[in-house]
This record gives sequence, structure tokens and C-alpha cells, in this order.
Amino acid sequence: MAMHKISVTINGAVREAEVESRLLLVHLIREVFRMTGTHVGCDTSHCGACTVHLDGEPVKSCTVLAVQADGAKITTVEGLEQGGKLHAVQEGFTEKHGLQCGFCTPGMLMTTSALLVRNKNPSEQEIREAICGNLCRCTGYVNIVKAVQYAAEKMR
Amino acid sequence: MSEPRTDAKICGMGHSMKRKEDPRFIRGQGRYIDDHVLPGMLYMDIVRSPHAHARIKKIDTSKALKIPGVLAVIDGPTLAKYNLHWMPTLSSDTQMVLPIDEVMYQAQEVCAVIATERYIAADAVDAVEVDYEPLPVMVDPHKSLAPGAAILRKDKKDKKDNLAFHWEAGDKADAERALAASDVKVSEDIYLPRIHVASMETCGCIADFDTAQGKLTVYMTTQAPHAVRTVLALVAGHVGLSEEKIRIVSPDIGGGFGGKVPVYPGYVVAIAASVVIGKPVKWIEDRMENLQADSFARDYHMKVELGAKKDGTMTSLKIRTVADHGYTNASANPSKFPAGLFSICTGSYDLKHAFCEVDAAYTHKPPGGVAYRCSFRVTEAAHAIERATDALAQKLNMDPAELRMKNFIKPEQFPYKSVLGWEYDSGNYGVALKKAMDIIGYDALRREQAEKRKKGELMGIGISSFTEVVGAGPSRDFDILGIKMFDSAEIRVHPTGKAIARFGTKSQGQGHETTYAQIVAEELGIPAAHVQVEEGDTDTAPYGLGTYASRSTPTSGAACALAARKIRDKARKLAAHLLEVSENDLEWEPGKFSVKGAPQKSKTIQECAFAAYTNHPQGMEAGLEAVHYYDPPNLTFPFGSYICVVDIDRGTGDVKVRRFVAVDDCGNIINPMIVDGQIHGGLTQGIGPALYEEISYDDEGNISGGSFLDYYVPTSLETPKWETDKTTTPSPHHPFGAKGVGESATVGAPPAIANAVVDALRHLGVTHLDIPITPEKVWTILKNKGVAE
Repeated sequence: MAMHKISVTINGAVREAEVESRLLLVHLIREVFRMTGTHVGCDTSHCGACTVHLDGEPVKSCTVLAVQADGAKITTVEGLEQGGKLHAVQEGFTEKHGLQCGFCTPGMLMTTSALLVRNKNPSEQEIREAICGNLCRCTGYVNIVKAVQYAAEKMR
Repeated sequence: MSEPRTDAKICGMGHSMKRKEDPRFIRGQGRYIDDHVLPGMLYMDIVRSPHAHARIKKIDTSKALKIPGVLAVIDGPTLAKYNLHWMPTLSSDTQMVLPIDEVMYQAQEVCAVIATERYIAADAVDAVEVDYEPLPVMVDPHKSLAPGAAILRKDKKDKKDNLAFHWEAGDKADAERALAASDVKVSEDIYLPRIHVASMETCGCIADFDTAQGKLTVYMTTQAPHAVRTVLALVAGHVGLSEEKIRIVSPDIGGGFGGKVPVYPGYVVAIAASVVIGKPVKWIEDRMENLQADSFARDYHMKVELGAKKDGTMTSLKIRTVADHGYTNASANPSKFPAGLFSICTGSYDLKHAFCEVDAAYTHKPPGGVAYRCSFRVTEAAHAIERATDALAQKLNMDPAELRMKNFIKPEQFPYKSVLGWEYDSGNYGVALKKAMDIIGYDALRREQAEKRKKGELMGIGISSFTEVVGAGPSRDFDILGIKMFDSAEIRVHPTGKAIARFGTKSQGQGHETTYAQIVAEELGIPAAHVQVEEGDTDTAPYGLGTYASRSTPTSGAACALAARKIRDKARKLAAHLLEVSENDLEWEPGKFSVKGAPQKSKTIQECAFAAYTNHPQGMEAGLEAVHYYDPPNLTFPFGSYICVVDIDRGTGDVKVRRFVAVDDCGNIINPMIVDGQIHGGLTQGIGPALYEEISYDDEGNISGGSFLDYYVPTSLETPKWETDKTTTPSPHHPFGAKGVGESATVGAPPAIANAVVDALRHLGVTHLDIPITPEKVWTILKNKGVAE
């Protein structure tokens, strides 16, 4: 299988890798770079556990090829905390009990942190629409909505 | 519940302490099974059957083995050499690990490939060529149990039918007599379809056999690590796996809900591969494998008959059930309860005559009957009685709330001995229902409904007043494969007054690291922040049967309190020694002993702990630690009343849950924030099966619902804004009056939603709808009744 040299900036650090054409971005992140905060929940882009930011936009990294990310800036859950300070959504999820098993949490954090960049004051319905591609089996979403509202308030 | 006894610094029971597990999860530093990598680790992937029933004529592995990086293909005959091709299920049935010549359900494991990389293993799965001869398929459990049906389990000598088991409770003749004598009777056929736990993390393991030490370590997604260790020792002892050389480690678990109790063939094949090859072998199933092959829940075909007097007094209940267990009974029910605790089916009502029976059928489907967030078959029981209660109200033209109030077991009847043999520990059902009615504004909603009905708008109000039975269980009645269902806690207090506590249970998101620390804090006054909680490693944790059936707080939580009390008793001796007074002269308040009448003379628990290692009295054993194995005297009986309001779109048949009020009573509460979270999640796993989730099969045994494209787990858009409240009726026999709450909402929510939809349609003559109540199902009714828009 053809191999490709790619270079990405992941959480601020430039990383290079030689990858197969078929390698998924999520496996580049998890298995090549060994950052395991990004999870695989379904392989079919339904659950959103693998959500990362690709050039600032949330994408489901199980449905992006690693080669498509060549030259891109990637942020994963490990990159949310800056200089020892948690991102407001990370704080919100803890404060409002927005997580239980924690498996969907990284994807939720990436989707909602992107939401708050484009909409600083989302309504409950806007939050629910933003996270409808991220499945959570534990929380029933009520506290996730509260967590995002907490973060929005904090960021204003 | 009253105000917390401890301050926020100690953070004992009643404080909504922020979770101790969150800092790692919000940073992506959780360590789930697939996050673990061991040196030299190989990857396993599984070839699965496309047929529901077929003979394997040939497995050609030659192309697969030519792929660089593919090391081996393991099939049934390979395992048969070690007599490991069959294994017992936790219900004492038998299950193929890998087949020799016949597959019994679609997606069954056929053989496994071992490779150096994940992608290469997947390539090898594609390259294995299997020649099948399709055989006749049995998908209908009723046909399977009919006389003359082809025998499915030909592996069982002398098996002459497809009955996995028959179980019954109560006096059949008495119940039938009472039913015949009742003034009013309702009879409904109620089907609870197959559903799947669909935890966000699938199942997997890394089996690591250390050839030099002869020690097997298995990191695996299990809710019951100790039970797995013992079962492995019992079934694989003949190949040299001895219990002291088996270590099961259950890492962070991404949701379990009962689906991670069974031992799936994949685990066993990975273990066999590691033992044979001598390297760590990782197996992680993908979502399709998870939904198609892992244990299913429900699949109960019930005929429910409920009789009453003219005034609405319920007199008699009879339920006959055919349960579809797939090709083997792989549920994990207590041995004496093959149909779980289904005989809780008299629910919250003072029924004097009742009988229930279950015939479990084998079919060509994956093993079913797993206890999905339902204690054991309590969801089925609650659905039966709560649906039948609404049907009775409809027939009597009586308000369903009034009918429930009339028939509730009265507070003064507790402890209440049910006709089917349970002793309900405590309850106050009317108060919970009244509270739910007040919060939702029941009377106003009924008026609104009447107005809307005049205008042709469809709105329904549904109630469910369920009683749960959890916390298995007392050793006199409860065991799994002979292992009694006690559970354990071990607490060690360090010299500086900090502690580590270990348990036989295993959290999958329930927040044990926080709540157990709060129990220690409550009992010892050591701040919860200073208590490290560990679970899941059988080399270090005390023995226990794990976390399912809402049993952690009723069993290990109780063990935690009692172990802490042993420590407090010893600390009292140390305090008396330090203060040079008699033990009897000391008073305890959380965190400190002081001399009666001279409160300025006191010693903190931390000072006592330090003395236990630095200044213990001669003759006293040094150290400050305790272990407790808690054998509960009874089960606990949480309850609640839920009210749901739905609006139905006449154009699409879509059911929208407008409001849902859940009033729960789980006794005394450790952490109110976590309890609410458990209820929110349970309710969401109630709306899923009520309106969306189902796994069904066509006549050839082909699964529908085998991916998240087809299996519709509720998203944030369908899920309403849950409204929760509580009443508090402590359990009289639990050390701190708790009952357990993890499953109440999954049990109570589906009938509330189903009742609401039927209520919206009852003026059209609808008396029952099977769940999931999909838009198509509703729209078809509306069309047939001529009211679709």
C-alpha cells in the first residue's frame, strides 16, 4: 500500500508521520501519536466520540483520512487545557456533572468548545442542535446542556 | 433527606461533591481498554458468520496467512485440542467459544485472526474464506416451543425440545380462580422487544500471558472481574490456569449497563491466543460486532391478565411469558432466578392473588436475556403491571392516578410480604405519586387534554408508579454459578490520616470513586478528598461479584460503612489510650472523639491513625484497617412515580415528550448530584426503547438494527428536559438507609411513555401499543382511524 509523508500541527506541536493511504485520522492520533483522549465509539460517524478540531472546525476523525489532514492544524481534547488552565467547557462539565463514564466526553468537549467560538450565547435549543451528532448513553444530556451554558457564561 | 451531618470539608453523605474521577476524563486522560498498549502486543480480529444457521464446510485460511504480519488463524478445532471450544454461561448453560461445524446465529464468531497490526488483522478477516451450507432458521420463539419443532441444541444429549427453562412463581389455580371471579378483567399481549445496552465503549480486552511466570493478566471490559477470574480458573484449570495465577483488571469502563457482565467468546479466544503465542493479544470489537453479537436484553412476549372488583380494587394477576433467549441462555441471573426477579410483577399494588410463569425458548439468534439496567427482568415486570393498570383504568373509565392511589400498598403495611414471595422493605407510594402530580399540574393537564381533544389535537398523560427490587443479594437465595452475592470493602487508614479503600464492585460511570469516599467520610470524618478509591484489579481488591443490578450501594456501600465502623471502634480505643480515659467516656462526632463533659479534650481521627502506627498501646495490634464482607439480610425496594405528557403530530405520527416528571425514592442519598445524573441517564435509556430502539430479525435471521444507522439511540434532540424530585423512605435494613438508584428510571420510564401515548389515542379505541412506539406505528393507527392529517 502506498505510503505518504504527512505533517500536521497537533495541539501546537508539529508532528510528521509516514502513513498508509487508508489510515484514519483517529488512528493517526490514537495509535501513531499515542494521544488516546480521542475515542472510537462507532466507526460510522454516528456517535461523535472521535470529534477533534481540524483547522478549527469540529470533525469526526473516524471519517477523515490521515492524509486529508496533511498540513492542517488539529486540536484534540488534550489540547483544550492551556497553560494549566482548563477550558471553560471542561470546567462546566465537571461543575454541572455533564459526564459519567467519560467515554463520549472528549467528543462532547470538542463539539461544544467549537460551538462557543461561533455562538457566544447559544440558546438551549442551539446547544441541543450542536451536540445532536454526539451520542451520550449516560447523562441524558440535561447536564451537558447546563455545562455548556455554564461555559458560555464563563467565557462572556 | 435531612441536612448533611458533615461539613463541606469532610463532605460525607448528602453533599453534591464534584466527582473525583472527572479531572482525568475531562482531560482525555481516562484509561479505557483500547488506550492500553503492551510491548509486543498483537491484534486479534474475528471472522463472523453471515448466516443465522449454517454448517461450516470449510475454512480456507491460506490467503489470510500469506498476508505479511498475519501470525495465526484460530478456529474451533484449534481450541478443541485444549477442550476450550465450549464454555459455560453465567446461567449454567453452554456456549460455543468457536464452532466446530455449525453456526447458530448471524454474526457468530467463526474464527479469529492474529496479526501484528490492527489494519492487517482486519485485512486477514476479509481474506479468510469460509464455505457455508445454509440450514433452516428458527426465529420465532413460539414456533420454537411448539411440538414437533426442529431441535436447535443438538449438542445437548437427550434434549427433546427447545425449552431453555421453565420458571414460575405463585399459585396458578388460586390466581385463575380469582381472575374468573373478578368483576372486571383486562387482558393484553405485551411484547418488549430485543434491545441492546449500546454503551458508548464497545467490549474488548488485552490478554497477557507471562510464559516465564505462568501468570495470565487480562485487562478487560468487565463489570464483574472477580467472577471472571474464578470462572476462568474453573473452566481452564485443565490447561494450567490456576486462580492465583490469573489477574483480571477492569480499567476505566465506558458504560456497562449489564452488557459487560457476560464473558464473550472474543475474550476467551484472545486469552487462548496469548497463552499459545506467549505475547499480549488485544481484541476490540467494533460497533457493528457489539450490536450484532453481544448479549441482548428483554425479548419478552407477555400475556398479562389483571382482574379487579367493580370499584377498581385489584384482585388478581396472571402473566404468561415466552422469552426469546437466542441460541443459549447467556444471561447472568442468580441461579435460583432464571427469569430474574420478574415476580416483582405485582408492583406497587396490594394484590392478593398472582401467578407468573416464563418459558424460555432457544432460537437462531445471539444469546439474549442480559440484565440491561433492570436489576434482573424488573423492567419487564414493571412494564407488564403498569401497562395493565392503565388498561384497567381505561376499561373502568377511571382516572389512572385514582386507580393507582386506591390499590397502592399502604405505608403501614411495610414491611410488606407480597403474594409472590418478596418482603418489600419500605415504601410510601401515594406520597410519591401525589408529589409528581403536583409538580406536573395533573388536573390542569387533564383539563387541557379535554379541550384539545375537542379540537382534534392528540395529547396524552401517562403515569408509572413502579417498585424496583435491587441489591442482590442475601446469600441464602442469591448466587451466580454458586458464588454467593455478597460484596466487599477494604479500608486502610494511613499514618497521616489519609485512606485507601478498595471494593469488589466496579464503576462504569456511576462515580464510585466519589460516593464510596463520601461513605468513608461520613463514617470516619476523614475528608472524602483524602480517600482514594480503587476497584477492578483482582490482585488488590477484595472479592466481590461486581456492579450490576443496582447492587453497589446496597452491598459494597454497606460493606464500606461497616468496615469504617470497625475502624472507628479501634480508633476509639486509640483515642482512649491517648487521652487516658475509658472508651465509655468518649463521644464521637464526625472526625473526632472527645471526652464527655470536657469537649476541649479530644483526639481527631487523624491523631488516632498516627497513634495506630507510632504509639499504639501494648497488646493492641498495630495499624488501622478493616475488611468487611456484607451479606445483605434482604433486597432493597426503591420506587417512584413518573408522569409523562406527550403530544402527537397527526401529520407524521411523531410522539414528542413535552414534559416528564420523575419522583424517585431511593432511600437515603449519598451524593444528590450523582443520583440525579443516574436518573437522567436511566430516563433516557427509557425513552429509547419506548419510542425508538429495537433489534429485530427477518425470517432468515438477518438482523436489523445492527449499526447506529439502524439502532436509534436517543440524541439530545429527542431527549426532553427531565424534571426530577425525590421522596425519602430509608431502607430499614441497610446500614445507612440507602436503596440504590442506578436502574429505577430505566424500569419506570418506558411504561409512563407508553401509557401517555395510549392515553392520547384511547378515545380512538386504542388499548395497547407495543414499544417502540415509532412514528410509523402511530401514523398507521391515525390513518386507519381516519384522523391522520
